[in-house]
Amino acid sequence: MPQMNMVQAINDALRHEMRRDSRVVVLGEDVGKVGGVFRVTQGLFDEFGDDRVIDTPLSEGGIIGTAIGMALYGLVPVPEIQFSDFIFPAYDQIVSELAKYRYRSGGEYPAKLVIRTPTGGGIRGGHYHSQSPEAQFIHVAGLKVVCPSNPADAKGLLLASIRDPDPVLFFEPKRIYRAAKGEVPEGDHTVPLGKASVVRKGQHVTIVVWGAMLYEALDAANQAAAQGIDCEIIDLRTLWPLDIDTIITSVKKTGRVVVVHEAPKSCGLGGEIVALINEKAFLHLEAPPKRVTGFDTPFPYTLEMEYLPLSHRILPAIIETARY
Amino acid sequence: MEGSAHPVARHPLDAHAPDVVRVLRDDGTLDPTNDPGLRSDEVLTLYRAMVRARLLDERLVLLQRQGRIGFHIGCKGEEASILGSAFAMRQNDWIFPCYREFAAALWRGMPLQRYVDNMFGNANDPVKGRQMPDHYTWKSGKFGSVSSPIGTQITQAVGFAWAAKIRKEDAAVLVYFGDGATSSNEFHNGMNFAGVFKTPTVFFCRNNGWAISVPTERQTASDTFAQKGIAYGVPGVRCDGNDLFAVVKVTRDAVARAVRGEGPTIIEALTYRLEGHSTSDDPKAYRPEAGLDSWRRLDPIPRLRRHIERTIGWTDAQDKELETELDAELKAAIAVAEKTQAPPLESLFEDVYGELPWHLQEQRDELLRGPRAKGHGH
Ligand SMILES: Cc1ncc(C[n+]2csc(CCOP(=O)(O)OP(=O)(O)O)c2C)c(N)n1
Ligand SMILES: [Mg+2]
Repeated sequence: MPQMNMVQAINDALRHEMRRDSRVVVLGEDVGKVGGVFRVTQGLFDEFGDDRVIDTPLSEGGIIGTAIGMALYGLVPVPEIQFSDFIFPAYDQIVSELAKYRYRSGGEYPAKLVIRTPTGGGIRGGHYHSQSPEAQFIHVAGLKVVCPSNPADAKGLLLASIRDPDPVLFFEPKRIYRAAKGEVPEGDHTVPLGKASVVRKGQHVTIVVWGAMLYEALDAANQAAAQGIDCEIIDLRTLWPLDIDTIITSVKKTGRVVVVHEAPKSCGLGGEIVALINEKAFLHLEAPPKRVTGFDTPFPYTLEMEYLPLSHRILPAIIETARY
Repeated sequence: MEGSAHPVARHPLDAHAPDVVRVLRDDGTLDPTNDPGLRSDEVLTLYRAMVRARLLDERLVLLQRQGRIGFHIGCKGEEASILGSAFAMRQNDWIFPCYREFAAALWRGMPLQRYVDNMFGNANDPVKGRQMPDHYTWKSGKFGSVSSPIGTQITQAVGFAWAAKIRKEDAAVLVYFGDGATSSNEFHNGMNFAGVFKTPTVFFCRNNGWAISVPTERQTASDTFAQKGIAYGVPGVRCDGNDLFAVVKVTRDAVARAVRGEGPTIIEALTYRLEGHSTSDDPKAYRPEAGLDSWRRLDPIPRLRRHIERTIGWTDAQDKELETELDAELKAAIAVAEKTQAPPLESLFEDVYGELPWHLQEQRDELLRGPRAKGHGH
């Protein structure tokens, strides 16, 4: 199997699906000739041409609105929003239209597209090139939300997202675009939506995490192991609808849980996960569930490493939960 | 308007199209038709400001390459557009920036030290190290707050001008944006509201040919960006954006119109982004080097220099002297900024709200009690 980074794996998935299915089109700002500001769509313009790899005017509302129209016609658009921070001019189209199309038309007009967008911090991007707005889409009925942590999953989840009947927000953790490397199956390779992956087995504390913070959790778990604490790490992969069975099975075993995410704490996905655990496994809990997250402030520039829930903040939470 | 053989600044010769206001001739003389009549000390001050902006751009790119700052987004080639328009605004007028107009902020009195502090995101940065470099604010110079999301400042500038009108106060507002931003929701909202309510707004479109890798012909099918005003009942004018005098002239006219209560104007300044979009961009990936030469010949700084050489006998020696002086000033500012510490940890939680609510107090205390991250100056 070839070694790839996330950028290459996502590119490989797009190329594979565009060869297989002529309905798939890519559109967005700078995605064509130059292949995207992160070069994720590099080479696609040369192979598939201007009708299928489209540099658009600078309007996210325009990109998503027209992509919805294309989808209604029968194409399978995979629009890119250059940074997830810039998705909000399209929020109306996503929330009021895309998410509700199937429902509001009595099932007549399912609007299917996959919105790819780089997400997360740690690249010195300040307020507007660092945010993790996943919860703002999870809260909207009708959208699926995905966030891979490694190249093989990125390819497999993207192919599954494109073939899924529902609209998908596909968040790509840009901090690990090139840093996360691994073997990626050639040709057709899908990873089912809605299935988490247990990346580390353990007995004492469950850590639920996704995207770039997975590596911070792994680092913290290794340090905790030196202190005799054995962590189980769940990489959620699909953020919504999430894999409740894997979470509950693990929590019933460990009785202790730490949820980690970059997004602000309040009303983040971590809050929902903790509520679900309380509802479904309350009597198995040995310690209050903990959240290690970004703070409830805008994303900072100079102090971004203090803002992010990196291993130095995850480790004390693991220890506190384990020793409770 | 009929179809044009020279669509929107797709070619440097567009600057010669008949509707484009030009004043500064190639030989450095001025065409009296639209000459704004600047005094020679004003011209010299503007020349110095343009050279200072150019020098800053060059040094900041180097600092970024050396890893000493994280990012820079410059204005190389657009100095006349930015400084000419800022100069044309009166002291009581306001400026709502995009992200490429640090020269206008400095013109409005932001000290160089504060700007360089922003580049380092240190404790003295006007925005307290919270935003990326080149995202500053300078209210005491009636200069707004820079934001990354494209186009958002446009409607805000309209509302600001509208408020002045409602309060019957004498203030016009200049709002900067790029050619790409004319595709944003807020450009259209802003133009429409400004047209309907006749707000004293000067829409200033820096048409620099590119929105990152996307050329203007992918941004619009209109012949010009100025012409977009027609649909909104907003008069539009194009000027040679590399001609300081033309920029001053059309901006002054727009301000005068606004002050007379006749409402907004859209100015399209034909200029060119001589560098990449920012330090994160490699323009060789999408635009051939060869195409740049004709634009380099229209570089606003040598053009203005030819003028001052003619009018006041400006010499190479004076250029050298100026460069030495500006270089020393900048080196000193960089040395101070680099030594200044990072903003304090607790500043992370300030200004989120007017007062610190309980949950942020809790989070602040948790951060202060907890272990420190690696990777910055603490
Ligand atoms: C809403 C939004 N979408 C995308 C971006 C990313 N982006 C930053 S600058 C830019 C191009 C802007 O071009 P233009 O308006 O012509 O201004 P210029 O940079 O040329 O001065 C893009 C796409 C953004 N900042 N905001
Ligand atoms: Mg531009």
